Amino acid sequence: MLIINNLKASIEGKSILKGISLEVKPGEIHAIMGPNGSGKSTLAAVLAGREFVEVTEGTVSYLGKNLLEMAAEDRAKEGIFLGFQYPIEIPGVSMVNFMKTAVNEHRKHKGLEPLSASDFLKMMRDKKELVEIDSKLANRSVNEGFSGGEKKKNEIFQMAMLEPKLAILDETDSGLDIDALRIVANGVNKLKRPDNSFIVITHYQRLLDYIIPDVVHVLYDGRIVKTAGKELAIELEEKGYDWIKKEVENNVIA
Amino acid sequence: MNGKSEITEKYLGLYKDNINKISGISSAFINSFRAPAFEKFSELGIPTKKNEAYKYTNLNIFFDHDYENYFMPVPSDFIKAEEFRCDVTDLDAHGIVLLNGFYPTLNEKLRQLPSGVWIGSLNEAAVRFADIFEKHFGKYAKSETDGLIHLNTAMASDGVFVYIPEGVTLSKPVQVVNLVQSDEDMFNQHRNLIIAEKNSVFSIIICDHTLSPQKFLTNAVTEVFVGENAHFDIIRVQNEHNNACKITNTFIHQEKNSVTSSNNITLHGGLIRNSTYHHLGGEGAESYSYGLFLADKWQHIDNFVNMDHAFPNCTSNQLFKGVLDDMSTGAFNGRILVRPDAQGTLAYQKNNNILLTDDAKMDTKPQLEIFADDVKCSHGATIGQLDDDALFYLQSRGIDKREARLMLMFGFAHEVIQNIKIEPLRERMDNLVMQRLKGELSRCASCMVKCG
Repeated sequence: MLIINNLKASIEGKSILKGISLEVKPGEIHAIMGPNGSGKSTLAAVLAGREFVEVTEGTVSYLGKNLLEMAAEDRAKEGIFLGFQYPIEIPGVSMVNFMKTAVNEHRKHKGLEPLSASDFLKMMRDKKELVEIDSKLANRSVNEGFSGGEKKKNEIFQMAMLEPKLAILDETDSGLDIDALRIVANGVNKLKRPDNSFIVITHYQRLLDYIIPDVVHVLYDGRIVKTAGKELAIELEEKGYDWIKKEVENNVIA
Repeated sequence: MNGKSEITEKYLGLYKDNINKISGISSAFINSFRAPAFEKFSELGIPTKKNEAYKYTNLNIFFDHDYENYFMPVPSDFIKAEEFRCDVTDLDAHGIVLLNGFYPTLNEKLRQLPSGVWIGSLNEAAVRFADIFEKHFGKYAKSETDGLIHLNTAMASDGVFVYIPEGVTLSKPVQVVNLVQSDEDMFNQHRNLIIAEKNSVFSIIICDHTLSPQKFLTNAVTEVFVGENAHFDIIRVQNEHNNACKITNTFIHQEKNSVTSSNNITLHGGLIRNSTYHHLGGEGAESYSYGLFLADKWQHIDNFVNMDHAFPNCTSNQLFKGVLDDMSTGAFNGRILVRPDAQGTLAYQKNNNILLTDDAKMDTKPQLEIFADDVKCSHGATIGQLDDDALFYLQSRGIDKREARLMLMFGFAHEVIQNIKIEPLRERMDNLVMQRLKGELSRCASCMVKCG
């Protein structure tokens, strides 16, 4: 589904990603962990098409297409979804209008007619239940005045509405209490199918108690320095990131 | 020249040449204000950029022009006004049309609505309801700095009169459509008086339209009295062509515990200046002042607000927004005056503007003058571009950049529109704003003038 090969990227001339290679197959959940500043969010930004990140080398192939050549909105319509670490507040734009526009753009892309108002509202209702989001939130402006937890739940709600093939969740767990964390994780688990994939970016292991990854990667200083099964996450939780840092530094010296 | 500008001299001359004609069709009471107002106007003159309140607005291009003057109503014109229909389909309102500043019905110049409400011609009301009229006319429109208020008092002879008696709730709004139409370039002035007595509830919509492409200059004054515990809303919708200049001066006087809102929506217009004066003249009064404008090409839109907290424990809130495209310019000047006795005042002000091009220009000036100590006041102003993060957020959900920009601009504008309580009008404004942002013409269906 997604093949990243030797990806290098910089922001304002500063090199952040220093050669990342990664393959995600349909149905897989990948966790990307790593200390602050290791490049996790930059990787998510590159995949979603944020323009301030400059790709200097490498390739990203998504469903056989060159992802890096696609505009952000086209990536979304092709099935990529980014769950934001800091969801944006947009006063004056209602959730309903926002989602209706987005869903219908996706449908147009697939050659489908726009949803009727009643079908759309029914879809909203179903998905709201699925992710246990307060139905009043949908009547408000996008993220405006939402609590931290509500914003993150709203990301999962949008994901449920758009049914992506590849969802990248950028520190969706940060700032969540345990109940919100459980709701967010449940949402992901309910949306998981054999033909879609997730990249879950997280600083802490605790989200991975609820979302069981197939593969765990550790990102450090712009490189993936370790890849293993879900047991790696537990090891990181016990020992922290220092041993990884040491291992990397020793390797460099050796 | 007595130090007066040539332009001011011209309007002084206009008064002297026509005052007999104007007085001949007006009531004695209205006429009694003319000479003192003329004196005041000749002292203050047409405002220039030296006047602090007009610092960012150059009126000369419209005042320094030879116009036909519409001092006498022409009955044959009235047919056109009668034919005009507003196309806000679901809007159920008591309609009034003003043509070139005159109430254009020959027979029934005042209409009685249920519960003793009267609407109609100002000039007629001055005679028929002399008691009420004389209590209020000329009491609220006062200025020591703006000559245009006095020019209006000196020369305007008709306009709209609305009277809502004590305790009456008028469920349908009154809609005034101001039409300007002429075969010649034209200067006109009109004067409105709205009286909402104690405990009444009432809203008025004022629509400003141009119906022919000539150059127009309109200088309007509206006086509003809002009695104790009364609720009053005024919504002004402006959709005029690029060769028209509209100056509106609205004075709202509030008594104890009354609640008012004013909302100026400027969709289109060459040069527009809206001055709104709120006088919180009784304890516990609340006043909300909103405004939105969308400008492009060489348009210039200026909103001036004067929020006068004269009594304790009053609340006011100002929210003004502008979207400026091409080389358009705009100005906002929001004054909050808290007088020494006005303890417990809450007064807020926000002005946000989006510049879509490098050539567009906006000047914003908060002006807080606070003479009491137990006061909560805040103000904030921004001038910027669309938020890149918000734009990306929408794009990341599959919405293309052009549509995402539109949604953000619409959302920005909607924050003002959402304060309109009359639902069909609010929906209509949302639609017109959307069309305008898309670059489509946002004119009313029955209007023949292509404002773009």
